[in-house]
Amino acid sequence: MALGDKIASWPVLRQLREGDPLGLGPSVQSPRSRTLKPRIDDAEHVVQSICPYCAVGCGQLVYVKDGDVTHIEGDPASPISRGRLCPKGQASKSYVQSPLREYKVKYRRPYGTTWEELDLDTAMDMIADRIVETRAATWQDETDGGCPANRTLAIGNLGGATLDNEENYLIKKLMTGLGIVQVENQARI
Amino acid sequence: MQQDLANSDCIVIMGSNFAENHPVGFQWVMEARERGAEIIHIDPRFTRTSAMATKWVGIRAGSDIAFLGGVVNYILQNDLWFDEYVRHYTNAPVIINDGFVDAEELDGLFAGWDPEQGEYEATKWMYEGMEVHGSAGQREQGFKPTKGEASGHGGHGGGLHHGEPPSEDPDLSHPRCVFQILKRHYQRYTPELVAETCGCSVEDFISVCESLVRNSGRERTSAFAYAVGWTQHTVGVQYIRTAAIVQQLLGNIGRPGGGIMALRGHASIQGSTDIPTLYNILPGYIPMPHTEKYGNYKTYVRASSAPTGWWGHMDAYFVSLMKAYFGENATEENDWLFEKLPRIDDDNSAYWTLEQMLEGNVKGYIIAGENPAVGNANGKAHRLALAKLDWLVVRDLVEIESASFWYDSPEIETGELTTEKIPTEVFFMPGAAHTEKDGSFTNTQRLLQWHWQATEPKGDCRSELWFYFHLGRRIKQRLADSKEPRDELVKALRWEYPTHSQIQEPDAEAVLAEVNGFEIATRKFLSSYKELKPDGTTSCGCWIYCGVFADGINQAARKKPHWEQTYVAPEWAWAWPANRRILYNRASADPDGNPWSERKKYVWWNGQKWEGEDVPDFDEEKSPDYTPPDGAEAEDAIAGDHPFIMQADGRSWLFVPQGLEDGPLPTHYEPHESPFDNPLYAQRANPRRQQHTDAGWDPYNPVDGEGGADLYPHVFTTYRLTEHHTAGGMTRSVPYLAELQPAMFCEVSPELAAEEGLEHGGWATIYTTRAAIEARVLVTRRMKPLVVNGRTTHQIGLPYHWGSQLLTRGDSANDLMHAALDPNVHIMETKAATCGIRPGRRPRGKALVDFVAELREQAQSRRAQDPRVEPEKVRKT
Amino acid sequence: MSSLLQLNTDPDGWGAYGEKQRERVGFFTDTSICIGCKACEVACKEWNLVPEDGLEFTGESYDNTSELSANTWRHVAFVEQQHDGGMRWLMESDVCKHCTHAACLDVCPTGALFRTEYGTVVVQEDVCNGCGYCVPACPFGVLDKRHLPATTDPPPAFLGKKEDGRVWKCTLCYDRLKGGHEPACAKACPTKSIQFGPLDELRERADERLAKLQAGGVRDAQLYGRDPGDGVGGFGAFFLLLDDPEVYGLPPDPVVSTKRLPSMWANMAIAAGAVVAGIAATVLRP
Repeated sequence: MALGDKIASWPVLRQLREGDPLGLGPSVQSPRSRTLKPRIDDAEHVVQSICPYCAVGCGQLVYVKDGDVTHIEGDPASPISRGRLCPKGQASKSYVQSPLREYKVKYRRPYGTTWEELDLDTAMDMIADRIVETRAATWQDETDGGCPANRTLAIGNLGGATLDNEENYLIKKLMTGLGIVQVENQARI
Repeated sequence: MQQDLANSDCIVIMGSNFAENHPVGFQWVMEARERGAEIIHIDPRFTRTSAMATKWVGIRAGSDIAFLGGVVNYILQNDLWFDEYVRHYTNAPVIINDGFVDAEELDGLFAGWDPEQGEYEATKWMYEGMEVHGSAGQREQGFKPTKGEASGHGGHGGGLHHGEPPSEDPDLSHPRCVFQILKRHYQRYTPELVAETCGCSVEDFISVCESLVRNSGRERTSAFAYAVGWTQHTVGVQYIRTAAIVQQLLGNIGRPGGGIMALRGHASIQGSTDIPTLYNILPGYIPMPHTEKYGNYKTYVRASSAPTGWWGHMDAYFVSLMKAYFGENATEENDWLFEKLPRIDDDNSAYWTLEQMLEGNVKGYIIAGENPAVGNANGKAHRLALAKLDWLVVRDLVEIESASFWYDSPEIETGELTTEKIPTEVFFMPGAAHTEKDGSFTNTQRLLQWHWQATEPKGDCRSELWFYFHLGRRIKQRLADSKEPRDELVKALRWEYPTHSQIQEPDAEAVLAEVNGFEIATRKFLSSYKELKPDGTTSCGCWIYCGVFADGINQAARKKPHWEQTYVAPEWAWAWPANRRILYNRASADPDGNPWSERKKYVWWNGQKWEGEDVPDFDEEKSPDYTPPDGAEAEDAIAGDHPFIMQADGRSWLFVPQGLEDGPLPTHYEPHESPFDNPLYAQRANPRRQQHTDAGWDPYNPVDGEGGADLYPHVFTTYRLTEHHTAGGMTRSVPYLAELQPAMFCEVSPELAAEEGLEHGGWATIYTTRAAIEARVLVTRRMKPLVVNGRTTHQIGLPYHWGSQLLTRGDSANDLMHAALDPNVHIMETKAATCGIRPGRRPRGKALVDFVAELREQAQSRRAQDPRVEPEKVRKT
Repeated sequence: MSSLLQLNTDPDGWGAYGEKQRERVGFFTDTSICIGCKACEVACKEWNLVPEDGLEFTGESYDNTSELSANTWRHVAFVEQQHDGGMRWLMESDVCKHCTHAACLDVCPTGALFRTEYGTVVVQEDVCNGCGYCVPACPFGVLDKRHLPATTDPPPAFLGKKEDGRVWKCTLCYDRLKGGHEPACAKACPTKSIQFGPLDELRERADERLAKLQAGGVRDAQLYGRDPGDGVGGFGAFFLLLDDPEVYGLPPDPVVSTKRLPSMWANMAIAAGAVVAGIAATVLRP
């Protein structure tokens, strides 16, 4: 900064020049304050979403920059929520970016005492193997009473109320195809 | 419809802490209040909802049927029902079989009780001269296939004569007509009895009755809002039924500002019931095939459909689903693969699975977005059960207690579990957040709302769509060459979905399109379930969702701002069925089709067709004076003045002749664990409730003044706080929420604190026969001792969000709970049980187990010595 | 000059913006419809990246935040009362009052605190050196130093790396205002207990609301900080309370602690100006 500019930016000179003799307003506005703008204005795109917590179904606007969520707030267009959110909905970004969020598969072997790393593909193959094996070993063609059963009672699937309809659809479809009947979710709690 | 609450003149919130658990939906209640509506909160605790209400009535947890039964009685005794509505729209005039005997005569049991089986023979509750099926519940109840029965239904046409059941009394005076049965059933639910049973004053009770009556009728409407405060009881379904009776008598169903609003607690718990991840139903509430109940495809369809009403097309819904599941592999010749479908037993619900797990019969378990180690009743049993598995998959965003049980559950500390001895192989699979995937949630008002993906999931994080699709793909690859009969069905499964992005995420819209359905020959998307066919020419993954992808457009993703449309907002997202926002809205008009009043007009007959604010819930061109010809079937059998088109008789049911396990009329039973006797009947608790008496893992406190009951003298109830969500996985992981409610606490009255020596801000130990937990003490006047049956009773409030993991940790309230269940829906009674409390922290390590065991043994021995104790005649499961 | 305080209902420093001046905005927090959900607390923290500050169970009803601080810019107070023979649970979302005559502003020696073009009072994080003069000056105890590791821009080096040390408080979402968005707390509030808007409009709305409540028999309802003639010249963020301010832990009659300061500073500024002019005359001589 040239010396002249430096002096011109001296608070007292600014106070006098800007009609702010007490130095309470524009004359003390910092460079940051002068150029400040809301970070949502920098978003590359804004996505209309729905809150993941309760079933009120509030609309959310998700602001994204550089592949990351920069902010989440209420979607004013929603006839249900009219742009408002409760503390949980308002904390959605902190949930999505929780310091405790897990990004890697973790594996605990039988009788193991620690988590181990496991490649996602390997884990998927192992889970598929477990299902195929358990199902084959425990299959029931018929009940003890001779009624058709077509099932295994040795595998269960729990959860669904926090998931999308499309996900629930695939779960029920796959489990029914596999003869797994113990498919349950939070509706029981 | 939540926005419609603003049109209410009186809102009764009961079994719900609306303001705390659905704060944004509560804006509509506040809006109603500002417009002058009365807001009544009836609850054991004075909560943030009570603080906003115009009236709060404190009642004992578990006494709601007594209260609401009292309201029914008040209406009937004082001639205050909405007569025209009741006569035309409800089953009040219908005459019931002469074999029916009411609980009033059998001291708390209805006709048909089989003490050996511990079950009802529900045929005793049927209409005289015809057989009807419910639109929900156990629709096949009472159905017994006979050998060789192929087709034809004894009373096809349903026995309706010109749309009416054969035996009716329009004067409502026949002693066996529903109206008179109802009147007799509730005649002893007097204001005085209500006050004694619920612990409220007669004046408060009467004032609620007066508010409801004052705000119902042609010009005004009242609404009820409830949540799991009603469902989580051993007689939970009947709680809601009682409110339904009140609302029918007052004419508040199907009208703006009326209805019964179920406030659900998870983003898509409604969706996961519609497209169920539930054992007993297929998408669209189609029953799962049962091992014993049906012989073959034809008897299955017969048992699951109704000859009259919209369930008359159940075969079309089912066949279209099989086409969506199996495509060309499901044919008329192979009965759409019905014979290959897996069969269920009477109960394969989550708590049954728990028991099977404890017995070592379940080997593998996949948990996706649920945390039973904290969220389910009797948490210890769940954790011990997980430790019996061969393998476990847990999918979540953070490491929840159901994934970490093998090293940090309370049972590790007590020595009941040892890490090195737990065989369970655990796969923790990180999930994708709602911002990282496309998809739809169905909210509490049946609205399917699409959320778009904002970012790519990082690392190994994947959506459930990805997980189950790629899992299915891998399994199908492994079984592709199998010749085993058991693999035929999975091989027949259509499992092709387009994928996108580097991780090969399945296209969620393609799945929604399959759910919507299409005409197979033309691939044209269907726009309504009315287009579904039973001949295999249509495919539809969930008939009630048919139309959500009409014209190939994702209707759930419609986001037209509310300021560009009416308050009904028909162009925001899509509601099932048929984008209808208020169900049974034909009832918003009088029998002739005119609005009941200008103030409450919603849908009406304009001379040619039905029109109004909403999609009419009626055949658009069926005139109010339509009388069905004899032999009419399905919807054609419903008369023009009967709005309840899903019911086989087009009427709402005051009395439920079919579909419920525990009686046709709600009856006050004490909670499974209660310090009191039933003031109305010798039958103390719901006779049909499911218990695990012999199992060992689910011991029960002595009740009702039995020996040992004094060790567990108080009532406790569990609940959520605004600042947290269910078992805490989604909130204890968030710093900004964790700091707002950073510790497990108990809420007690100053009187109880004085009696038990509890110090505000200090610690308390709360215990049952199952567990002991510790909590910080919050002494508050919002908890109030109640006088019930002449005795003072204390209630303790326990939020249930905490566990051993995440940012804020603490003991789990659910560890205290037993797992006795409602027989209709297998839900546990987390809203009312008994416990003891003492100051200070709980014992640690093995001392904790000893502490609980000593008290339990003491209780059991006192109970055994009590000469009054008789073994209860209850069903054992 | 102290007499100016009685005459001037405009915020100090605001008039200097000239053409850049914007309509004075603020909050009207109507506690009669506050449901105590704390969405405002979280919305504020989410937007302003205010750090979480401790998992402490206080036992103060449902309030585990306790007070406004450097790490809590919205705070919901919970008051349990016996009232008219029944129970009453008051909830009130407290916030910086953005006083018309703000002592914090007056005492700030660095110009970190300033009056914005919207008439609000903001601490500039790139200027504040953590001297703390403003902390005791505030009659409401709003201003507070952050004793936590820095979370956003690193603090000035001389403060050391151990803690932030600067003063933080509600900015009425200055950045959002500049972008044409309402403040985060007001936007989130499920029942619109927190209303944002031009102050004049809010005052009118508040008067109507008070009249309606009083007509409905809510005897103790009162506006707090609405009156431009009060000891701080009225609040930019004022309240409708259902009981006396002290019930909520608010001072009943706040007075700007620097009534005489403006004249002192002005005199100093004139003196300093003379010095600067002298220096400039020396340095800038061609």
